[in-house]
Amino acid sequence: MMKAVMGKYYTELTTGPAQGKKTAWCTSVGPAELLRALGYNVYFPENHGAMLGATRMAPDLIPLANARGFSPDICSYLTSDIGSYLKGESPFQKMKLPGPPKADILVFNTNQCRDVKDWFQFYAREWNVPCIGIHTPRSLGELDGPVIEDVARQTEALVPEFERVAGQKLDPEKLRAVMALSRQCTELWKAVLEAAAAVPTPITFFDGTIQMGPAVVLRGSQDAVDYYKVLLAELKQCIANGVAAVDGEKFRIYWDGMPVWGKLRDLATQFQALKAAVVASTYCNSWIFDDLDPADPFKSMARAYCRLFICRSEDRKEKYMEEMVAKYKVNGILYHDAKTCPNNSNNRYQMPQRLEQKLRIPYLVIHGDLNDLRLYSEEQARTNIEAFIEQLAERAAHR
Amino acid sequence: MQYFCGIDIGAATAKLVIIDEHGNTVGKSISRSGVDYAKAADKNLADALAAAKLSRADIVHAFSTGYGRDNVPWSDGRPTEIACHGRGAWHHVRRKMTLIDIGAQDSKFIHLDDQGHRTNFKMNRKCAAGTGSFLEEIALRLALPVEELNGLAERSTKEVTLGSFCTVFSATEILAKIRAGEKVEDIVKGAFRSVVKRVMEMGLPDGALVMTGGVAAHNPYLVTLIGESFKQPVLVPPDPQHIGAFGAALFALDKIKSGETPCS
Repeated sequence: MMKAVMGKYYTELTTGPAQGKKTAWCTSVGPAELLRALGYNVYFPENHGAMLGATRMAPDLIPLANARGFSPDICSYLTSDIGSYLKGESPFQKMKLPGPPKADILVFNTNQCRDVKDWFQFYAREWNVPCIGIHTPRSLGELDGPVIEDVARQTEALVPEFERVAGQKLDPEKLRAVMALSRQCTELWKAVLEAAAAVPTPITFFDGTIQMGPAVVLRGSQDAVDYYKVLLAELKQCIANGVAAVDGEKFRIYWDGMPVWGKLRDLATQFQALKAAVVASTYCNSWIFDDLDPADPFKSMARAYCRLFICRSEDRKEKYMEEMVAKYKVNGILYHDAKTCPNNSNNRYQMPQRLEQKLRIPYLVIHGDLNDLRLYSEEQARTNIEAFIEQLAERAAHR
Repeated sequence: MQYFCGIDIGAATAKLVIIDEHGNTVGKSISRSGVDYAKAADKNLADALAAAKLSRADIVHAFSTGYGRDNVPWSDGRPTEIACHGRGAWHHVRRKMTLIDIGAQDSKFIHLDDQGHRTNFKMNRKCAAGTGSFLEEIALRLALPVEELNGLAERSTKEVTLGSFCTVFSATEILAKIRAGEKVEDIVKGAFRSVVKRVMEMGLPDGALVMTGGVAAHNPYLVTLIGESFKQPVLVPPDPQHIGAFGAALFALDKIKSGETPCS
């Protein structure tokens, strides 16, 4: 079903322009609902970046962008995607589709990082198309009135340009309908992830990174809602039948930070062998938007997209992790320090040490990257993870 | 008497220790790890058995550790080198400690509580700075045998600072120091200081400060510098380069103590 749902999405994306559909590129936590309500096909380059990582095409493509002045130290989604564009090679071709669709408009939200804007501006220059977006403040503590007001106003101010490129006016009813579907999608996706609170868990972080596809690229559509209804029912059945994602589950791990896309299978296999289930993650939970409210689209979008973990202050992040550790009965936290993703590497400002002291559960930091495998040491990661599970086992034995 | 074997196949050398049922070392060996870990393991086992005047049948259990731990066909258990270094050091020190192990390609910072249980550990990043490889590279650049570094550093009378994080760039910095007429012993001490700085960045010591690994075994002056920098004495257990293998052998012994029957 996943293949069918995502296949349909990619096919519509690539056939859309010939049918007169406009394409908007949107950051994964950008105002997708607004674009969908205006009839755009919405394409998410970060999803493409993840595909480039998972297919291990990225290490061959990143140097092409590096050679054109994009530093190896900046976002490797950006460098691998631009490398893919420069070389004309994409995982889309493995699906027998032409490459990603050209944008009619590029829409960013800096809630994740500045790199998304820099990424989109490259294509705006290439194709001479508009690149507009929302500049969300970062390191947010309390989501207070003025911040939400500002982001809501910024979002609303995008509408005239969205309308001009789309060639149609925004229909408030349509927006409300898309928002309602997006909300439904988010609730179902949240329930899917919460299935991992069961002991043993029927789903792991590694499954989640694949299963999250529709929540990222199809939120606001009926297809996503239908998909997660089926998945959730399956997971409930698994829980009822005691089906474990990790046979003989002994340890429950929280994964913070980005996936190492090119090593998902290896890591999943290693954790499986160690009887450790990675039950929760900051990453997969980033597409839960409880705030979305069809009755108040702009403000609720602002709240939802400002509540995102990545743009919150350390104290808020810590509180969130604390709740996750309790909810998912976590034994240890793994922080992935992704070299090219400082904004989603949460070990860099002493958080592991603070949380270890507060929660009294051990942590491990592994160094790597989301896409650039030149920055990942397989052997060191393997030994570190194995030693961490040894430590958890020793701890369990002496309690 | 029953005997137990531990082998630590590291990035550069393979170390093997045979212990008796009281935990006493009765034989040990060391060789380059090379490209065939199984062969290196066999050679080390043969050497250590000969040294201990034992035969293979005398070994009840053998555990392997280190990068090559999965490549020892006769291994009965494969704990990580982090566990084995901790276990080996605990046998000698038996108090709350911070263990710093500097190997060829990695350095480890391991905290054990007052019961010998690991509470935290950290390995170096994907970078040779602060490891034995760094010193080997420096020796190569200075056209010196690596075993002469310690004596040279001890004779140094002046601090020469190598500022780079990177091994390769440090070597380049060394070229600049040579051009500037710095003495070789001061440059070598600068390289030792660089290792010390990398280690100090890894964490804070808690409890006794213990050092193991090939770098500590062959460079007592570097151990002295670590102690000076952390402002506390450094304990170096016997056979520090073999401590991982010794720890693996102790785990093999623990297996019997825990009631498991010997492997056939």
